[in-house]
Amino acid sequence: MKLHLTLFVAGETPRSEAAVRNVERLRGLQGDVHISLEVVDVLRDPERAETARVMATPTLIREVPTPPRRVTGDLDDLRRVMAVLGLHPLPAQHTKED
Amino acid sequence: MTMPTDRNGTPGSVTRLETGIPGFDTVADGGLPTGRATLIAGTAGSGKTVFATQFLACGIRDFDEPGVFITFEDTPADIRTNMRGFGWDIEAWERDGKWAFVDASPRPEDQAVLVGDFDLSALLARMEAAIRRTGAKRVAMDSVNALFSLYRDHAVLRAELYRIVNTIKALGITTVFTGERTEDYGPITRFGVEEFVADNVVILRNILDEERRRRTLEILKFRGATHQRGEFPFTVDAGRGIIVIPLSAMELTQHSSTIRLSSGIDEVDAMAGGGYFRDSIILLSGATGTGKTLTAMHFLWAGVQQGERCVLFAFEESREQLVRNAQSWGMDLARMEDDGLLKIVPFYPHAMPIEDHLLRLRTTIEEFGPRRVVVDSLSALERTTSIRSFREFVINLTSYIKKFEIAGLFTATANSILGGTSVTEKHVSTLTDTILLLRYVEVSGEMQRGILVLKMRGSAHDTSIRRFTIDSDGLHVHEAFSGVSGILAGTPMRLGSADGAQD
Repeated sequence: MKLHLTLFVAGETPRSEAAVRNVERLRGLQGDVHISLEVVDVLRDPERAETARVMATPTLIREVPTPPRRVTGDLDDLRRVMAVLGLHPLPAQHTKED
Repeated sequence: MTMPTDRNGTPGSVTRLETGIPGFDTVADGGLPTGRATLIAGTAGSGKTVFATQFLACGIRDFDEPGVFITFEDTPADIRTNMRGFGWDIEAWERDGKWAFVDASPRPEDQAVLVGDFDLSALLARMEAAIRRTGAKRVAMDSVNALFSLYRDHAVLRAELYRIVNTIKALGITTVFTGERTEDYGPITRFGVEEFVADNVVILRNILDEERRRRTLEILKFRGATHQRGEFPFTVDAGRGIIVIPLSAMELTQHSSTIRLSSGIDEVDAMAGGGYFRDSIILLSGATGTGKTLTAMHFLWAGVQQGERCVLFAFEESREQLVRNAQSWGMDLARMEDDGLLKIVPFYPHAMPIEDHLLRLRTTIEEFGPRRVVVDSLSALERTTSIRSFREFVINLTSYIKKFEIAGLFTATANSILGGTSVTEKHVSTLTDTILLLRYVEVSGEMQRGILVLKMRGSAHDTSIRRFTIDSDGLHVHEAFSGVSGILAGTPMRLGSADGAQD
């Protein structure tokens, strides 16, 4: 299984960093799934946000496989993020940060 | 930081951005405060989207000020199509780089699941990019309610909306954003956005008033800036969009001219102390068949003889009827029209709202440039609307007519044959400079007609009631009724007659 994700963030804020960190954790937890990630900073590249019609940040889009799916927020609950992305659930102790 | 420009150049006051929306800038004492955010609130169908679009359209078309439209509801494609009817070619402006959409309209596939904290920085970044790209001076957001239905966390949305609006304000841009209300008279908006985001609040209403639809606009507040108070009627004109009808403070303006015009009937001129004043409003009231239309025709005829342009707004009779009737009094209306001195504009009172009638009247006056205007009759119009709308109509028309130094003669139909005042008269008499009454008078078992100049502002006038007759030459005024009282009340009594009515 392959996933391509785009994460839209706004600048280098704690919220952006939390979202990036949570996606990295998710990749680590899903060793058997190849997950590619592109991070887009809407402050530097607003046209990308326009094309993708993104309003809220952070927003994670699963581009592949289609149909696309979206999660908005700093992604602090990995169990729910994985459910949206269509990934296998993990044991409860791994899904919450700390 | 660039200072917002002050188009009016008024020092020490809030600067204004002339919107270009007809009538609105008058009501707004010059326009929207520059660089501020104005909430346009209204119920569904009250014209919010039209206002928002027109704000940008007028900016581009009239002032070469580019604009950005953020749509949270309709798709840009829908807006382009829906607004084309108003004459706004948004697509062309987009091609010219003067108009940009930020498309935040909902699409099912963009629906996101919310996990954790978020903000609206992406939206703000897109708006800023569009503003930079176009060099926008104006921003419209329509409508913020849709935003509130998108995310459940309203506290975050309020804070974000505040941040967005303030960021745009800091750029010196003037913003309007729309918000939906559930009732025409009630809380300003459903989500209470006005208190913390809007500097200014404008309310659009679409109400039923005595079973008639009535649109009004009210400026509820302008922070630190003056504006006219109260509700002002507006229409949504097919070719031009929103047109606000400012009830100017001209209600009490009197005629200022000392130049007299002939009524077309020498004796009436004499009764009025030498004729009507040039920029005055004459109300001609009488029961049906007393000769109102004929008196009005004399007035037009006299104007045409002087080479003055005249307009007859006919609400009661068709053009053919009028031409035929005038012919029987020896007046050739068709010829007058051919000579370009007369314009007969027939109206069907019920065909459209009174505000639309007013617009048509004003447009005709502007285009034709008459010196004399006749409305025959006001009563026909009055029956189609509420007293309040009717009064506003008359106030507006009279102030408009006076502005152009036109003499206006309005006829009104009294509802009883003998005596009595017309309803119309009751509501408009204070707005008129001259009142002329035509009455049936029963004397010794015979019906006669009487004419009286009841009021002639700024001039002495004959106070007697005079007998008049109508023949193929028109109207002829004769001697005063003598020995008869009670004509105005509709109960004429012969005084001191040999019949012994007096005891």
